[in-house]
Amino acid sequence: MFLATAAVAFLLPLYVMVVTSIKPMEEIRLGNLFAWPVRITLEPWVQAWTSACTGLECGGIRVGFMNSVAIVVPSTILSILLGALNGYALSFWRPRGAQAFFVVLLTGAFIPYQVMMFPLIRALATLGLFGTLPGVVLIHTLFGMPVMTLLFRNYYASVPHELFMAARIDGGGFWRIFVQLMLPMSLPIVVVAVIMQVTAIWNDFLIGLVFAGHEWLPMTVQLNNIINTTTGERLYNVNMAATLLTSLVPLTVYLVSGRWFVRGIAAGAVKG
Amino acid sequence: MVATVLWVYVGSVLWSMRISVSSSRTLPISDFVGLKQYARLFDSERWVLSLQNMALFGALFIAGCLVIGFLLAVFIDQRVRAEGVLRTVFLYPYAMSFVATGLVWQWMLNPELGLQSTVRGWGFPNFKFDWIVQQDTVMLAIVVAAVWQACGLVMALMLAGLRGIDESLWMAARIEGIPKWRVYLSIVLPMLGPSIGTAFVLLSVSVVKVFDVVVAMTQGGPGLASEVPAKFIIDNLLVRANIGLASAASTVLLLTVLALLAPWFYARAHAARRSERSARALRASATQGAAA
Repeated sequence: MFLATAAVAFLLPLYVMVVTSIKPMEEIRLGNLFAWPVRITLEPWVQAWTSACTGLECGGIRVGFMNSVAIVVPSTILSILLGALNGYALSFWRPRGAQAFFVVLLTGAFIPYQVMMFPLIRALATLGLFGTLPGVVLIHTLFGMPVMTLLFRNYYASVPHELFMAARIDGGGFWRIFVQLMLPMSLPIVVVAVIMQVTAIWNDFLIGLVFAGHEWLPMTVQLNNIINTTTGERLYNVNMAATLLTSLVPLTVYLVSGRWFVRGIAAGAVKG
Repeated sequence: MVATVLWVYVGSVLWSMRISVSSSRTLPISDFVGLKQYARLFDSERWVLSLQNMALFGALFIAGCLVIGFLLAVFIDQRVRAEGVLRTVFLYPYAMSFVATGLVWQWMLNPELGLQSTVRGWGFPNFKFDWIVQQDTVMLAIVVAAVWQACGLVMALMLAGLRGIDESLWMAARIEGIPKWRVYLSIVLPMLGPSIGTAFVLLSVSVVKVFDVVVAMTQGGPGLASEVPAKFIIDNLLVRANIGLASAASTVLLLTVLALLAPWFYARAHAARRSERSARALRASATQGAAA
């Protein structure tokens, strides 16, 4: 009974989003949040995608979607590669200062981005990368590294050390062992990492807001602009359609990945 | 490469701290004014208010998530049917962004067309639920949204903990005739200590970082009633060109996080050492046994 009530309560916002997004404005103005629409319309979805306005521009949320894709794909790949490399180096090669590096990373996984924001803005501006796609990708990669390194380090800690030693005796070097032995073995954890990074980067708001300049605003920032900066009548149905569109990618990832998603959390996910 | 990363992390944090003891406004100036920015910071009503808001939000949000998450986990652990479906339902908000969360709840809590008007339409004309537009309740509205988003995470962590508990415990409790709720409260809850600790740390770090959901839901309003530190910093950094003040504020935030993390790190290191020691003892006794 408790569970059923809780489940309904949890699903309520999703239901409200869906229902609102397919209602015409006349029905929304009646003020009954839960009522099923009398006349179902897909107009709000079309409008949200193609012509919703953020300030003066009315290109719909489509632009943000493309930007988010352009940001998420390279950031995910880069941060996972670097995380795997770091984790591998930390677990097997144990360079000098590994312990200190590890502590910094662990702390880095938790500290608020704001602490590093201004220096990073300046650094990017100096490099001419501020407000560009490579700039945003770089920042995401940088901020994704602590968690990714931890994830891979914990995974490699469970790989028998003898395996590594055998590869060493057979003449494998740093890169060869990584590429030919460790990476293929890491498939399960790579899946977890992809799920974590795609969701986290897609859902990011702060980095997009600060570093993306004007041209590369991700979908979340654009969504917020559409809803919170509109003047004139608020089109709640369009707003909810846009919100659903923005949530579609992470929700799909979540539904498809199921238990893997939970594994990501259990594997010491320290996102947020 | 490792060195580069270290340099970026440590360097940028140090740089921020350096700015926080200068008189920088729009551009960084390398003079030294001691703790003046910090004094200014704590003189600022807006900052103090945002700290209070964060404390209130944090206390309610963490308590709410832990209690609801624990209850959900316990109920799901009773071998219910459709466990998979229920888990999916409770965790899906966690996959949504804070922005989307804030926007949905902004709409649901909208007093003119949202829950309030709906319930009034059901024949309760005096029903009142306008937390989001009242200065003294707006933080509660944000807590509701944030708990909805994050308590599935706590459920997942607790459920993993519950599944790790030995069946024999339940057997023993049944033989002794101890009611189930007593077992949960007095035995299982303490056993879940590590899971609760992890959940607590994750939640409190997200409290310190809380930004997106506030921006999306209330933009810090009505007035300044839902201002939070992370937003204060971004505003001063990007809009109000007050980087000295913003850096001082972010240093305070950093110290808060470190203060939250230190006991947890310590506990984890301690636990790791202990388990290592007991593993070694076990191995030693095993070899002794073999020798004998």
